Amino acid sequence: MVHKKSFGEHAFDITNVVLLFTLSAVTLYPIVYVLFASISDPNQFVQHRGILWWPAGFSLDSYKMVFENPNILNSYLNTLFYVVAGTTLNMVMTALGAYGLSRRNVMWGSLIMILIVLTMFFDGGLIPKYLIVQGLGLTDTYLALIIPSAMTTWNLIVMRTAFQSVPVSLEEAARIDGANDWTILCRVVIPLSMPVMAVMILFYGVWHWNKWFDALIYLRDRDLFPLQLILREILVQNDTNSMMTSVGGGDRMPVAQTIKYATVMVATLPILFLYPFLQKYFVKGVMVGAIKE
Amino acid sequence: MELGRKDAASARISQPFGVRVRKDFKRNRLIYLMLLPVVAFYAIFHYGPLYGLQIAFKNFSPGKGIWHSEWVGFQHFQDFFTGFFFERVLRNTVLLGLYDLIFVFPASILLALMLNEVRSRFFKRTVQSITYIPHFISVVVVVGMMVDFMSTDGLINQIIQFFGGKGVPFLRLPEWFRTLFTTSAIWQGVGWGSIIYLAAISNIDPSLYEAAKVDGAGRWKQMLRITLPGIMPTVIILFILRIGSFMVLQDEKILLMYNPSTYETADVIGTYVYRKGILEASYSYAAAVGMFNSLINMALLLGANYISKRYSDTKLW
Repeated sequence: MVHKKSFGEHAFDITNVVLLFTLSAVTLYPIVYVLFASISDPNQFVQHRGILWWPAGFSLDSYKMVFENPNILNSYLNTLFYVVAGTTLNMVMTALGAYGLSRRNVMWGSLIMILIVLTMFFDGGLIPKYLIVQGLGLTDTYLALIIPSAMTTWNLIVMRTAFQSVPVSLEEAARIDGANDWTILCRVVIPLSMPVMAVMILFYGVWHWNKWFDALIYLRDRDLFPLQLILREILVQNDTNSMMTSVGGGDRMPVAQTIKYATVMVATLPILFLYPFLQKYFVKGVMVGAIKE
Repeated sequence: MELGRKDAASARISQPFGVRVRKDFKRNRLIYLMLLPVVAFYAIFHYGPLYGLQIAFKNFSPGKGIWHSEWVGFQHFQDFFTGFFFERVLRNTVLLGLYDLIFVFPASILLALMLNEVRSRFFKRTVQSITYIPHFISVVVVVGMMVDFMSTDGLINQIIQFFGGKGVPFLRLPEWFRTLFTTSAIWQGVGWGSIIYLAAISNIDPSLYEAAKVDGAGRWKQMLRITLPGIMPTVIILFILRIGSFMVLQDEKILLMYNPSTYETADVIGTYVYRKGILEASYSYAAAVGMFNSLINMALLLGANYISKRYSDTKLW
């Protein structure tokens, strides 16, 4: 069927595409600017005014300084630890909870589920939680960023939904072969829910990578700080002094600018690099959650 | 007793309660063992704080602990309501929440509708991939970039000066805070928020569009009469949820963005609780303020759900 597009329809299409293109440009440009600025030559960069279409000169000095900075390096390692340890605990807890709560014929299961879902609506708030964490002696330890965020209710619901969709017949077959619940979880349910497991690892991982507020209230000891808290000092409080110790007087100003951009890139690149490969899983994760509790 | 027997339809359930509990525990021992850490976590870190909320009615002192601190009734609530900051933080919380509902919430719906009209799959995919990215950038970095771009010598002011304008110290001016907060929220979330609506759109029966075309409806009409009503249930559910968290703003982002010179428009209940409770250690007072906030949220969620149930078929529960 040949359908001749009317003028109105053309205008509609063109406006739409132009608007979406603008949105994409506005979304992307700040990131591109930071990237260009971070690899610019510091002296040329401070003289440049306005939009960067291309890096101003080329130099990796800012990156060198970032990686030589003990504060950043240490907090980077801390963050890696928080991500790995935190996500591992998240996955174990969420899988255990999701399995237990997805079984039928568990007398107290639905009551436990209701009590858990209720916590999404009733919340003690910041201060009581802070006092609990403090009371347990977790403040100023690595555990303060791991134990209180051992799992999230939303992800528990998502994983439980996935576990419920594993065919009962497979479970029964395993049971006839003498498998107990532990074996069924590890050998049947988890292997059949791999896409959801992947999504959960990603969600939890990004969550830990980007978290900073818990560290702000629970940690005093700088040696335990995650990367985001150091970033806050450098970017938001504009305090690059701690990074400039190794630079001579005259060079200070220009490098102080580009160092900030290099720090942003260092903190964001791991996720941006992984992003194209993981995007479809992330999207799938939103879907699984959306389907229904 | 008689009622109980009537309700218990099947013979299996009519066993005495104690027997059932024991049987269940024997059969599901391993499952309860697996649930134990989860239950412990929720008991300590979710129900523990609820128990601790009683300090809102007490004068908490760390030496005496939560239970032994003496009661003061509604003293802290009264102090808050009559205090200097009450009006300011309430106004800012409500306004920023409203801005979120009016501008940020519909932005994703609009983007989904626009993406749905794109003919080229490649272009659609590209726009999607790009607009999802900000969701993964940490708040610290987002605010850090804003601080840098908006500073008196930053990119934005360089451009303004290039066109002969005068530099504006955006983040130091109270009148700019709400605009910047809301606009950056759209930047961060518009793409990611559209995913769920695109999914809802893809679930719409294609034959509806065919029928509309036969009836001579153009693309604009199809969008208004088929696509939009098709995703309405999703929109309503998300709207209810959003209202329920109307006053749970992105406190963390405000905490990063604001400074004493913008408190006038930026200070909200969440940041006030942080300053009072964590920085000044007025635990009881801050807990009371936080509780006030949670109670309003509960009321809003219940109210929104009630209204939606009354006037449409869509409800959360």
